[in-house]
Amino acid sequence: MGLRNYLYAFTNDSMIMAFRNNAIWVISFTVSTVSIGLILAVLLDRVSYEQIAKSVIFLPMAISMVGASVIWKFIYAYRPPEVSQIGLLNAVLAFFGGQPVGWLIVKPWNNLCIIIVGVWMWTGFCMVVFSAAYKNIPRELMESARIDGASEWQIFWSVTLPLMRPTIAVVTTTVIVFVLKIFDLVYVMTNGNFDTEVIANRMYKMFQYPDFGKASTLAVILLMLITPMMVINIRRFRRQGDIGL
Amino acid sequence: MSKPVAILSRTPLHIVVVTIAIIWMLPTVGLLVTSLRPPQDVGDTGWWTIFQTPFKLTLFTLENYEAVFAQQGLGQAFLNSLLITVPATIIPILIASFAAYAFAWMGFPGRDYLFVIVVGLLVVPLQMTFLPILRVFNLLHLSGTFHGIWLAHTGYGLPLAVYLLHNFIAALPRDLLDSAAIDGASVLESFFRIVLPLSVSPIASLVIFQFLWVWNDLLVALIYLGGAPNVAPVTLTVATLVGSRGQDWELLTAAAFVSMALPLAVFFSMQRYFVRGILAGSVKG
Repeated sequence: MGLRNYLYAFTNDSMIMAFRNNAIWVISFTVSTVSIGLILAVLLDRVSYEQIAKSVIFLPMAISMVGASVIWKFIYAYRPPEVSQIGLLNAVLAFFGGQPVGWLIVKPWNNLCIIIVGVWMWTGFCMVVFSAAYKNIPRELMESARIDGASEWQIFWSVTLPLMRPTIAVVTTTVIVFVLKIFDLVYVMTNGNFDTEVIANRMYKMFQYPDFGKASTLAVILLMLITPMMVINIRRFRRQGDIGL
Repeated sequence: MSKPVAILSRTPLHIVVVTIAIIWMLPTVGLLVTSLRPPQDVGDTGWWTIFQTPFKLTLFTLENYEAVFAQQGLGQAFLNSLLITVPATIIPILIASFAAYAFAWMGFPGRDYLFVIVVGLLVVPLQMTFLPILRVFNLLHLSGTFHGIWLAHTGYGLPLAVYLLHNFIAALPRDLLDSAAIDGASVLESFFRIVLPLSVSPIASLVIFQFLWVWNDLLVALIYLGGAPNVAPVTLTVATLVGSRGQDWELLTAAAFVSMALPLAVFFSMQRYFVRGILAGSVKG
């Protein structure tokens, strides 16, 4: 009887949908932000306008997820094919002769459309952390590899990547902790409709409903998913001895 | 490699970097441009069409901003955001700097246990705390009030602030504090005269992080303030507007830009502390 709420959490259809979507978020959001951030850190190191480009990419980190949701809902805006498109994405499609798409409605791709907003916001964070780590790699290591005839690609895989592994691990766990709790973007953009529900939004609905028993169950589930990540993260920070300030 | 060849071989790099930077900027530019266009135009054509006649200033107007301030209560919301954010930034960081100093330099029984408990709270996700706190708030009539949300943000901000400031303050040279004590400085005096001035940089980063975190917060406001317009911050007001006026892009974009203006100003004026603050704050649970 005491486990009734847990039974609900793992068997109810909308809950399973929320778990599925959180899994999609964790995988695609983490892979995208970490890999794009890493590539950008390495690429931007080679241009003279590095600081400006970094500012541009880091800027979305300053604004609220509510603001970002409005920005991107407008980009995804859909209108019937007869009238002119005011959403950037559908206008591009129309320009190439395509039919407009209801980006936030088409399942299951609408999840990815919301995830892109998150990636737009958080890639800058990953890039800045990676960039700092990248600049700490002794230049002689790369130079000597270059003299030995290694291509830039080989240097990236066999010199840069192994040396940056600890940083990549920290950033990855940090991003996962963030994304497990993702709420605002989904709440504002679709409110979990059209199969985009996530755990934190589901939990908020239980508060409104209100069903505090189920809400608590979801809170405990989130805690159990997040705590291991946080423990790994804080341990690493302690070992490295600094945290950025 | 001669110079021109080097430039030529780096062209693809520049193209990739510049393209990415433009893609990253476009969404925000679109928002800003749309918020400045007359409602009729916004509904008729895409915002990018203004680039066909970029110098035709009659295509721009401030009426959307007037409308959101006058009719959608964004002025009140902006004020509410300030009333929430300023105390919710100052209170936790003030307490945390006292605490960090005490944990680092004052001996008292159970100090290490207490410190571990405070820092351990970093791993608790926000969602875990809503229900118990809401119960207490309802008993004390704190839900729906600014006092309540200050208290909540203070609680959420403290573990991180204590942890980060402790790391910094504990690393200050012992001689400095010892010699101050020999000169007869009290604990408070050495805190205000020595520790605080030396900690300006980490405190500045923390202030920026906490300020942005609270300013941009939606969930904590939803839970503890509810939707009442007299206390709702800008994030909540804009989120409500998305629900009620979902197709009126001239209003939504103007409202969203109002909510973003202060964070953007902080970003552009204090970028160094901003980046440090965000990096440090990323450990928050």
